[in-house]
Amino acid sequence: MAQNGKPKFAMYWAASCGGCEIAVLNIGERILDVDATFDIAFWPVAADFKYQDVRNYPDGYIDICLFNGAVRTSENEELAHLLRRKSKILVAFGTCSYQGSIPALANLTNPDSIFRAAYLDNYSTDNLQGVQPQPLTQVAEGELLLPAFYRTVKSLDQVVPVDYFIPGCPPEPHQIWTVLQAVVAALQGGTELPPRGSIIGAGSVAVCDECSLEKHEKQIAHFYRPYEIQPEAGLCLLEQGLICMGPATRSGCGALCPQVGMGCRGCYGPLDDVDDQGARLVSAIASIGVAGQLGADDEEELARKAGLLMAGIADPAGTFYRFSLAHSLLNRTRYPGNGDGKGEKL
Amino acid sequence: MNRISIDPITRLEGHGKIEIFLNEEGEVANTYFQIPEFRGFEQFCVGRPAEEMPRITNRICGVCPEAHHMASTKALDALFHIEPTPAVKKLREMFYSAFYVTDHTTHFYALGGPDFVMGPDAPPAERNILGVIHKVGVEIGRAVIDCRQRNHHVIQVLGGRGVHPVAGLPGGWSRALTEQERQEFEAIALKNVDFALFSLQIFEDIVLKNQAYVDLILADTFTHRTYYMGTVDENNCVNFYDGKIRVVDPEGKQFVKYAYRNYAKHVAERVEPWTYLKFPYLKEVGWKGFVDGAESGVYCATPLSRLNAADGMTTPKSQEAFEKFYETLGSKKVNGRYQPVHQRLATHWARLIELLYAAERMLELLREEDITDTNVRPIVTEVPDEGVGCVEAPRGTLTHHYWTDENGILTQVNLIVGTTNNYAPIAMSIDKVAKALIKKDTEITHGLLNRIEMAFRAYDPCFACATHFLPGQMPLEVIIRDLDGAIISSLRR
Amino acid sequence: MACSSLAATRVMCSGRVEPDLVLKALREGADGVLIAGCHPGECHYIEGNLKTLRRYTLLKRLLAQFGVEPERVQLLWASASEGPALAEAVDRMTEQLRALGPLRWKASVLGSNGYHPMAAVPCGGEAEVSDRLVAEV
Repeated sequence: MAQNGKPKFAMYWAASCGGCEIAVLNIGERILDVDATFDIAFWPVAADFKYQDVRNYPDGYIDICLFNGAVRTSENEELAHLLRRKSKILVAFGTCSYQGSIPALANLTNPDSIFRAAYLDNYSTDNLQGVQPQPLTQVAEGELLLPAFYRTVKSLDQVVPVDYFIPGCPPEPHQIWTVLQAVVAALQGGTELPPRGSIIGAGSVAVCDECSLEKHEKQIAHFYRPYEIQPEAGLCLLEQGLICMGPATRSGCGALCPQVGMGCRGCYGPLDDVDDQGARLVSAIASIGVAGQLGADDEEELARKAGLLMAGIADPAGTFYRFSLAHSLLNRTRYPGNGDGKGEKL
Repeated sequence: MNRISIDPITRLEGHGKIEIFLNEEGEVANTYFQIPEFRGFEQFCVGRPAEEMPRITNRICGVCPEAHHMASTKALDALFHIEPTPAVKKLREMFYSAFYVTDHTTHFYALGGPDFVMGPDAPPAERNILGVIHKVGVEIGRAVIDCRQRNHHVIQVLGGRGVHPVAGLPGGWSRALTEQERQEFEAIALKNVDFALFSLQIFEDIVLKNQAYVDLILADTFTHRTYYMGTVDENNCVNFYDGKIRVVDPEGKQFVKYAYRNYAKHVAERVEPWTYLKFPYLKEVGWKGFVDGAESGVYCATPLSRLNAADGMTTPKSQEAFEKFYETLGSKKVNGRYQPVHQRLATHWARLIELLYAAERMLELLREEDITDTNVRPIVTEVPDEGVGCVEAPRGTLTHHYWTDENGILTQVNLIVGTTNNYAPIAMSIDKVAKALIKKDTEITHGLLNRIEMAFRAYDPCFACATHFLPGQMPLEVIIRDLDGAIISSLRR
Repeated sequence: MACSSLAATRVMCSGRVEPDLVLKALREGADGVLIAGCHPGECHYIEGNLKTLRRYTLLKRLLAQFGVEPERVQLLWASASEGPALAEAVDRMTEQLRALGPLRWKASVLGSNGYHPMAAVPCGGEAEVSDRLVAEV
């Protein structure tokens, strides 16, 4: 608790998109309550505090820090360590810091290809000399530094200890407000916060439970791409053959995407006690598929039909791990020359 | 001290730092505006199904996900060779107009506006949206908050979510608008028009009636004469959703007007080793460095640029505001069109004119008969190959270019994003302002450094957008030093 | 099983083998995983093995995207009376894995979170840069 003045609030973005910041602003008038309760200590989108200001704070000065964005560069990691030191409560806010989210899709490719696509083989880039960004550039006036780019995208808890996780890409405003209220109650009224390491601001059942679409028995004989059919309104999308990750995704958002006829893509992460959301989705989706018939089809035919059914899923890794790759068991794809044998730092 | 770092820059979307080098005389030798962030969408989207791109690329930016979602959806139209019906186009444009209202509101009141409302020298702790609300009063604060809320509500109802909409499909949209919603949104659009007029009035009262601010806006320090880019309809009027891309030269003469698919004939990007972001420039003029003028390929794509590149607006109140803008700033008509306004701080004003246009356009579209057409989700029958989709993002012209195999799996992606267009102009604005403000023996106050930052805030930059890409291999090591040269941390692979 | 390179785990039905068990095995040091289930039509739980077949089929596609060679995860139908056939399949797979080499996922793929090495034209002199700096984050 701050010794003088109000409790200190910080929000920071690492390899992120700014959506988490907008989600906080989308709590609407309640931002005025946040303003009444907290002093802002660091929040680059909204306030003019600089890195040096944060370095100058005493350790633990910040009461609560909402850290969003994945760890992609050395600067992201430096700020993770800095804000861990300076904050009493460090929250992995949003799916990027929780599980990697969209930036972690880069773990399905490799830095060489990434560099090539941006700088050397880029359709609209004129770069005959093959210039690339460097961590250190000597210019006439002095040195210019850039953060180093890591081989693998990491989640926040893979670099520093994290107190709480708020899932969502971004977390929904009503959930954000619930969490902020609980924090304020704890800071002011001394009520208990959940155990450290908890996932907060979300439900504990699957998205299907929140979804208003009608569900019957699931036996999918064919998977469709979203533009291949016009789904019947009011009916479960997955049952109609449109991929929806609701069965293996944590509730809390209100099942928003299915309500507009688009399947869930899993941004709230897995349920409790699940290490790897993508594997769970492979299991769930495959379980409710139907391929071949016992008695009618021999083993070869059964295998062939299973293959045909699964071929209708266009991009398993990029779909089932859309938001959770940094937390997945395999974590990244192999590529020639990667790994330096130094062992896991996770 | 021979070096000043502003790190990070604040009150914008994204990461950036400004390095100012001083010479022995204590004057600015040079400034470098570095972008230290990047993620790599152009590569990690390869292998993904193209129809997922509206839901993946919206994560390029959470402030303008609607822009990426829309450009991506239009790229899918082209890729899958499916022409959306007029009803679908109107639905999308109406949705997009609601987004413009909330985004421009957020920028004016939360990002760029505080510099004017609180003053550039206000203490950092007050120089933000909360300071603005304290100063102008909670009632006005509530009006701003309410504007954002009601338009994000429109976005969520039609798009699925308030941040990162999901409804875009090739040739269509995943859900239609009901009549009940239409009526609700019509009431919202009317409020938006009022709010836009109110915001323009605030600008007039707080900025235009304050001589110090007017001098700031008109000062040569914040002025650059470059090419200007924007999307225009068949009458050369501003349109955010669709049209052709038009570029005018510093004198206001049309330089080129092209269809989306030809963008690479006219725009090229340049790499510098000290930043992750690339610098687009006009190919036919060529890169001549960070300089103004018709001989330099540097161009700008902002609300100011869009007004400069257009001959007018299509809605009555915004057209009135458009004419007042040019007249007030002393622009003359040449060959029937106003000459460009070059003062970059005037972009804040131009942004409010666009806010008004978006509000009027939203209302117009909601009154169209087919806006509630239920047939908005067509089935795709063609084989995909390649497609380009563009929109005007609030921060500039946005281009998505996709190539796929016959199964619609992406094989290549190219993106030129709103703010990227403006990287060179922003760098030039920062450099010019720094050189003008910092002289021998000048006291470096936070207010002075903030004025340097004001040079970029006018552009409403979005560097998460700009740095969608990932650069390649990094050299061996990095040292991070504080202002005294002491090492804070150091890194090696 | 005579083969010493095989670590066997018994389950009541191949349908118990969830994809994350396979992934965990690969991550924690296995060079390959063989799922042996009862023949379709002979499943005590009627269709447990069909579920396995579907999961396995989808998992193989996913593994390919991670760069795991197809030989490393295999599915085999074998009944209790088909001991020699199973042994033969195990031997065959062992040979295939030997030819591919060890997977060593943790050590070779996860490694430490190294920075991306620079290969292109350095600005400022690569030698000068490399002399100066030490790294630990």
